[in-house]
Amino acid sequence: METKMVNLKINGMSVSVPQGTTILQAAREAHIDIPTLCYLKDINEIGACRMCMVEIKGSPKLNAACVFPVGEGMEVITNSKKVFEARKVNLQLLLSNHRRECLSCVRSGSCELQKLCKDYGVEDEAVFDGAKTPSTIDESATHMVRDNSKCILCRRCTAVCDKLQDAAVIGVNKRGFNTHIGSAFDAPLNSVACVSCGQCIVACPTGALHEKDQTDEVWAALADPEKRVIVQTAPSIRATLGEAFGLPIGTNVEGKMVAALRRLGFADVFDTDLSADLTIVEEANELVERIQNGGALPMITSCSPGWINYCEHYYPEFIPNLSSCKSPQQMFGALAKSWYAQKLGVDPKNIFMVSIMPCTAKKYECKRPEQSVNGVADVDVALTTRELARMIERAGLDFVNLPDETFDAPLGISTGAAVIFGATGGVMEAALRTAAEWITGDPAAPVEFCDVRGTGAIKEATYKVGDLTLNVAVTSGLKNAKEVLESVKNGEKNYHFIEVMACPGGCVNGGGQPLQPASIRNNVDLKKLRAKALYSQDSGMPLRKSHDNPVLKEIYANYLEKPGSHKAHEILHTHYTPKSRFTGE
Amino acid sequence: MVRSHILVCGGTGCHSSGSDKLYDLFEDELKAAGLHDEVKVIKTGCFGLCALGPVVVVYPEGAFYSQVKSEDVKEIVTEHLLKGRLVKRLLYTETIAEDTILSLDNTDFYRKQKRVALQNCGVIDPENINEYIAYDGYMALAKVLTEMTPQDVIKEILASGLRGRGGGGFPTGKKWEFAANQPAGDKYVCCNADEGDPGAFMDRSVLEGDPHCILEAMAIAGYAIGSSFGYIYVRAEYPIAVKRLRIAIAQAREAGLLGENILNTGFNFDVDIRLGAGAFVCGEETALLNSIEGKRGDPRPRPPFPAVKGLFGKPTIINNVETLANITRIIRNGADWFASMGTEKSKGTKVFALGGKINHTGLVEIPMGTTLREIIEEIGGGIPDGKKFKAVQTGGPSGGCIPAQHLDIPVDYDNLIAIGSIMGSGGMIVMDEDNCMVDIAKFFLEFTVDESCGKCTPCRVGIRRMLEILEKITSGNGEMEDLDKLESLCYFIKDNSLCGLGQTAPNPVLSTLRYFRDEYEAHVIDKRCPAGVCKKLLNYTIDPDKCKGCTLCARNCPANAIAGEVKKPHVIDNAKCIKCGACIDSCKFAAIYKR
Repeated sequence: METKMVNLKINGMSVSVPQGTTILQAAREAHIDIPTLCYLKDINEIGACRMCMVEIKGSPKLNAACVFPVGEGMEVITNSKKVFEARKVNLQLLLSNHRRECLSCVRSGSCELQKLCKDYGVEDEAVFDGAKTPSTIDESATHMVRDNSKCILCRRCTAVCDKLQDAAVIGVNKRGFNTHIGSAFDAPLNSVACVSCGQCIVACPTGALHEKDQTDEVWAALADPEKRVIVQTAPSIRATLGEAFGLPIGTNVEGKMVAALRRLGFADVFDTDLSADLTIVEEANELVERIQNGGALPMITSCSPGWINYCEHYYPEFIPNLSSCKSPQQMFGALAKSWYAQKLGVDPKNIFMVSIMPCTAKKYECKRPEQSVNGVADVDVALTTRELARMIERAGLDFVNLPDETFDAPLGISTGAAVIFGATGGVMEAALRTAAEWITGDPAAPVEFCDVRGTGAIKEATYKVGDLTLNVAVTSGLKNAKEVLESVKNGEKNYHFIEVMACPGGCVNGGGQPLQPASIRNNVDLKKLRAKALYSQDSGMPLRKSHDNPVLKEIYANYLEKPGSHKAHEILHTHYTPKSRFTGE
Repeated sequence: MVRSHILVCGGTGCHSSGSDKLYDLFEDELKAAGLHDEVKVIKTGCFGLCALGPVVVVYPEGAFYSQVKSEDVKEIVTEHLLKGRLVKRLLYTETIAEDTILSLDNTDFYRKQKRVALQNCGVIDPENINEYIAYDGYMALAKVLTEMTPQDVIKEILASGLRGRGGGGFPTGKKWEFAANQPAGDKYVCCNADEGDPGAFMDRSVLEGDPHCILEAMAIAGYAIGSSFGYIYVRAEYPIAVKRLRIAIAQAREAGLLGENILNTGFNFDVDIRLGAGAFVCGEETALLNSIEGKRGDPRPRPPFPAVKGLFGKPTIINNVETLANITRIIRNGADWFASMGTEKSKGTKVFALGGKINHTGLVEIPMGTTLREIIEEIGGGIPDGKKFKAVQTGGPSGGCIPAQHLDIPVDYDNLIAIGSIMGSGGMIVMDEDNCMVDIAKFFLEFTVDESCGKCTPCRVGIRRMLEILEKITSGNGEMEDLDKLESLCYFIKDNSLCGLGQTAPNPVLSTLRYFRDEYEAHVIDKRCPAGVCKKLLNYTIDPDKCKGCTLCARNCPANAIAGEVKKPHVIDNAKCIKCGACIDSCKFAAIYKR
């Protein structure tokens, strides 16, 4: 059926848009940006903040453009004095209940409220000052802080927690002026089944939500002469870090990132890509073993700690299906503090392992008790991309003009298979590259498995590998993961291998990545642009299969013996525990 | 053979002043007197004249006994029912003339009333479907199902000119038409019985007094729009209404008037109850839908309107109790009959809950177009203690205060809007010279601040800031700029709030600013509350010429703020005084005054 077009006028300009379009979208077609705070396309369309108010001819009131559908012959004014005044008063009211410590706020410069106040000339920011909603700062969680004194109740966080991540551990409590966001009965975040994904943080327009900043711990370690401070960077960081320094979305800044880390004083600048390769080798081996020996299938990836948390809390019956492989972050730490420490002749206790991650759940993961070897935690501090950017800023590095440098050897050597770990489908493709060659014994086995690429919610493919028919599924975003798990549970689907990433689009869209305002997020597919940087790096690399990584070959030959060996299990594998859905335990 | 009927009011007002006990006592006394077979006691819905409750009416004489106490029961039974002598001292004075009883319809309270929605209230036993049926109950449904198409029904309702009685005044027939025009499939009929305005109890009275008329109207609505299921969203704080609704639903199902294949016509319709947990905002139709769905009762943006996308995303009509109470009567008597009452754009009648400074506190139903003066001075019996009328507030927290100059305006939707108030659901609170209009505005705003859902910024933060400004003014710290700030916030909030609650919350402030600005200015400029209400602006003083030094005030003062020797004039220390007024109450010489 052909979509009916609707003709309307916005600020006197004629626009023709499909029926059902909102005024906000129609205005965008006419290149007019209407300011929003609560609106997140497809996720939070609730008309709550009242920033996007516009005049519609014939309506005595102002109307919210984000939810108001266009009508034939409608005349909309987005920039009248009345509209401007309304938006300004709205901002002043928000400010009257906002802890204004804008000078030092973590979101200063990236705060959507701050920008609008500037745009609308809110000079008298105290005009409506009065009582403030009683609020507390929840620092209970390992990965993040909620400071409701800066919350503007846009509900973007609750919407992503519910609609994208199916956790819904935060919601709206109380009403009227006492309304605030929190968990049920205002329980602290660490006492509910929060998966630590951090999607709420990247959705937050203000400084109400932020990761727990651990940069001071890293600065302290760097200043400690006893410590050898090693850094690893996750595959996706190179595709996103540039955004924090004004570079276009999707710019690969691997070389500058390495240069910056070196200048920050890290002794070794290594790449999580190496342990991503290692993960693939171990995981492909595990998959083949499970298929051949009747292990639990489908096997599900375990790289994403947000997903692991979700599985433990919400689908503990799938724990046997989780790959026993540690995530690349943890494998890297384990290797650095065992094989590499041995090689250097350094006491693992004096190695301070820092990881740069796209993810807030990594902060939680590295604190898990089962993620250590001989009582030494694999990773000491997991920083988000945002925290690294802050360190670079504080160090005064001219990031954009840094030279391109390369990772240190030996743990900075990797393959293209590892690079694509950062995007949804990447782990699956990397595993398939190795499995295909191993099962067929043919080095010319295919490298590219395009069916599992892209930002689709659930991607499925069937591959004939040798005599084996392999059914695979790839999904990202926990709401989608739920759908996949339910289809497996009720017998509707029969997969051998499933890749799950907690964040929609995978690590490139992780909860620790540079913030983009809703105005960008609503109109640009961040996931796609950032992933593109990774796939293009992969396609240009000489080695594109994990098992071809020469350093891994050496490590297996001299240390781990073979994939899935006793030693490998001791260092590189782990286990998980069922947890309550309703409490953090 | 039953020769007499004793109707005991079972409405909430009379119930809370002990009518339940009266009912039992009548049963006992009749048994004792051996009259049990010839006199029947019936518990009815509300008679309306709540100020005189508990009300007992004895038929066939139509004796209207008011403020009946337990000890009066025996007298009524032995004197009236046994000996045939009226108990004059209990009769409502207006109904006595010599030795006969005048018709209630001729009393000031009832003369100008026209009971349509309240037709059966105070007449039938709401817990007995047969009494409802005896009063033509379910005739309208039968007529609709057997003689009319759904389109005919909608046409009839459109032609009647019935508008929503819940506040907005949207034409009911239009609402039904929108929903009927949606593609066939699941549709819902919701009855909004989340009456929340302070002091309003119209819907409560209908539910308590005539629950079947709501069920019947919902079934008619279901037939008209193509729905087979309805929800009644009723406050949990209305236990009697809930109980009687449950009884009514069970009886209607039993009688085949709800459920499948109603009256053998193939039409299916059933009803379930959802209890509201006491949030005022859940009376807003989209918040109500969210609440029925089990979600937080926050309003949704409109469009889409519920008629298109309502409960569980399906086309839904939401009608207020009083609106529905008119439906069966319109179907039975015809649209023309209904449209013959009222004004050009507001047809039929409206029920008001009269309260405040008025003699006849209670429930009145008047034809649209009756003037405020008629309602207050004639039906309401005027203001007690000879005080002077100051304003009448209609529409509850969403409405405005109307001053004396507009008392002769005929009440209808449009006139009330034009003078800065609204019809609302029908609360009508009368104020006299002792009411401070700034304080009244503050009272209503406190209510809406408390009841705001907190979703949109203008309402969540804006009305709170308005309240803070009013607190500043009533505590003597107001400045003239505050009045401008207050007024501009009012308009901002009206224009920008998400739902009706926020859009109308400034009305009490706006209307008092408009009509009683002098009172605001007295608070701000002179630091004085002309009505003597705002405590922080009051000083209590003892007139030394009148004071006899009896010490009673000093002994009654809870704050030890009064000092003085016996038989010498006393003095109040205003630094200690908490302005409770205990001294004024205790002074026998009217020597203490506040200003």
